[in-house]
Amino acid sequence: MADRQTSGAAITFENLEKSFYKKGTGQVKALEGVNLDVPAGTITGIIGRSGAGKSTLLRMVNGLEQPTSGTVTVAGHDVGRAGAAELRRIRRDVGMIFQHFNLLSSRTVYGNVALPLEIAGLPSAEIKPRVDDLIARVGLEQLSGRYPAELSGGQKQRVGIARALATKPKVLLSDEATSALDPETTQTVLKLLADINRDLGLTILLITHEMAVVRDIASHVAVIDGGRIVEAGTTYDVFADPKHPTTRSFLSGITGITLPSFVSHRLKAERPQGHSEEVIRITFAGRHATDPMLAKLTSELGIPVNILAGAVEEIGPHPFGNLLVSVEADRGPEARAYLERHNLLTEVLGYVG
Amino acid sequence: MSANLINMLIEATLQTLYMVAISGLLGTLVGLPVGVYLAVSQRGELLSSPLVNKVLGLVVNAARSVPFIILVVAIIPFTRLIAGTSIGTTAAIVPLTIAAAPFIARLVENAIREVDSGLIEAARAMGATPFQIIRKVLIPEALPGITLGLTLAVVSLIGYSAMVGAVGGEGLGDLGIRYGYQRFMPEVMLAVVVILIVLVQLVQSLGEGLARLVDKRAPRNRGR
Repeated sequence: MADRQTSGAAITFENLEKSFYKKGTGQVKALEGVNLDVPAGTITGIIGRSGAGKSTLLRMVNGLEQPTSGTVTVAGHDVGRAGAAELRRIRRDVGMIFQHFNLLSSRTVYGNVALPLEIAGLPSAEIKPRVDDLIARVGLEQLSGRYPAELSGGQKQRVGIARALATKPKVLLSDEATSALDPETTQTVLKLLADINRDLGLTILLITHEMAVVRDIASHVAVIDGGRIVEAGTTYDVFADPKHPTTRSFLSGITGITLPSFVSHRLKAERPQGHSEEVIRITFAGRHATDPMLAKLTSELGIPVNILAGAVEEIGPHPFGNLLVSVEADRGPEARAYLERHNLLTEVLGYVG
Repeated sequence: MSANLINMLIEATLQTLYMVAISGLLGTLVGLPVGVYLAVSQRGELLSSPLVNKVLGLVVNAARSVPFIILVVAIIPFTRLIAGTSIGTTAAIVPLTIAAAPFIARLVENAIREVDSGLIEAARAMGATPFQIIRKVLIPEALPGITLGLTLAVVSLIGYSAMVGAVGGEGLGDLGIRYGYQRFMPEVMLAVVVILIVLVQLVQSLGEGLARLVDKRAPRNRGR
């Protein structure tokens, strides 16, 4: 336990396994051999596709799911082996926010934020100032008496955040908290989470399927695929030098650029007979993003490159970009091998005849 | 219609209201906790206890499958034990309550099961005990549904209360049978029917009004 304190992990997963019994298929492994430290005071993102096991992993932190084997340690407590009463105590140290907010429709904003304090058995004289404080922190003073049905999605999630902070937790779990929100609202909610992390020194563990969420607020990231953590580290390192194909595919979509319609309409998955062009997505990450690779491709291999779309942005201090290009299909493999050799990521999107 | 008849109608209405009110109240006192327990004791739920749930469900179903008129006469010894007599308006409250309780239990169970499971999960994540979840989440969130269910139960009780004449219970139904039918006084029958219609309408409107009052969810169609 002592070395865990010095390592500064707020949450530790050790050799974690979780299997479910599913009718027809029998035992299904949701998580396998998960080892991960969530450093105290950080915002750590776990990214994965739906069904990758990220939700199961998150729900083990506050004991909503029990591990089949292995341990989950939160602030020195072994969550998986805690009895019912101890588990309820641990849960007061772990706030949670949800994709669909999960607010009580029968309670006002005030009543929803007060609920965890009532549950904790706080005297009502202490509840009022605390709740007023929390509502002010998330900027909803004017809406204290409203019911959730009268609020927008972003406002509901603010109530969710205020409620999650009510018992002064050390850890905040976010279960796809921005997935039901529009991009603009997502930004304001992410900013609120970042502010809370900075002001309260709270550790935030969030799960998401959007790399943009990780890019915007997480200092650390773990990529989960098929129930295993395939890559983990600081967001900076993982983005600059992604090793696992899953990480790469998450990164390739991050700038959100798309093919112009005159190309996408003609795009075929199979290479057609005769002359055709191969459409490739090239992802530039980290240190190699600024190298003039396309010029080199033409000058060194003599392959002409047709640029269809592109965008470059910064992630932390790193430039990060996507280019959509086409090359003569016969020379596609050669061009891709060259680019991969120079640490660019490539993906064939299709062929245009 | 003679003043005497009008007095009889007023008295019968009050007797009906008395039977329905008391049996509705007692039926709720029994049916509410049983209904909540039926909902939370299902497999995988808050107080998962599939075997007890199954047994309780069978008992509730058995009580609900007996036609009311049979129930009234079948439990006469039990009624005598509870009410001291098996005849009369007060005695009729016993079978009415026994018919109402399982009906209310099922209606409450349905209303509780409609509550979004995400809310239960949120409350668990806050460190709530199962009892706190029932009291602070499930019942308040199911209240609109429970209110509508109780309205339905009271309307049914008004109908059932018409049959208690079989054991000497009085009230509107009994008056309608004895005067309107057996003595062939169609104006009494008509008056009884009209009063029953008005009562049911009042109960229904009152129930729906209350349900709207406690329902803070978004209106289902936003055509306001």
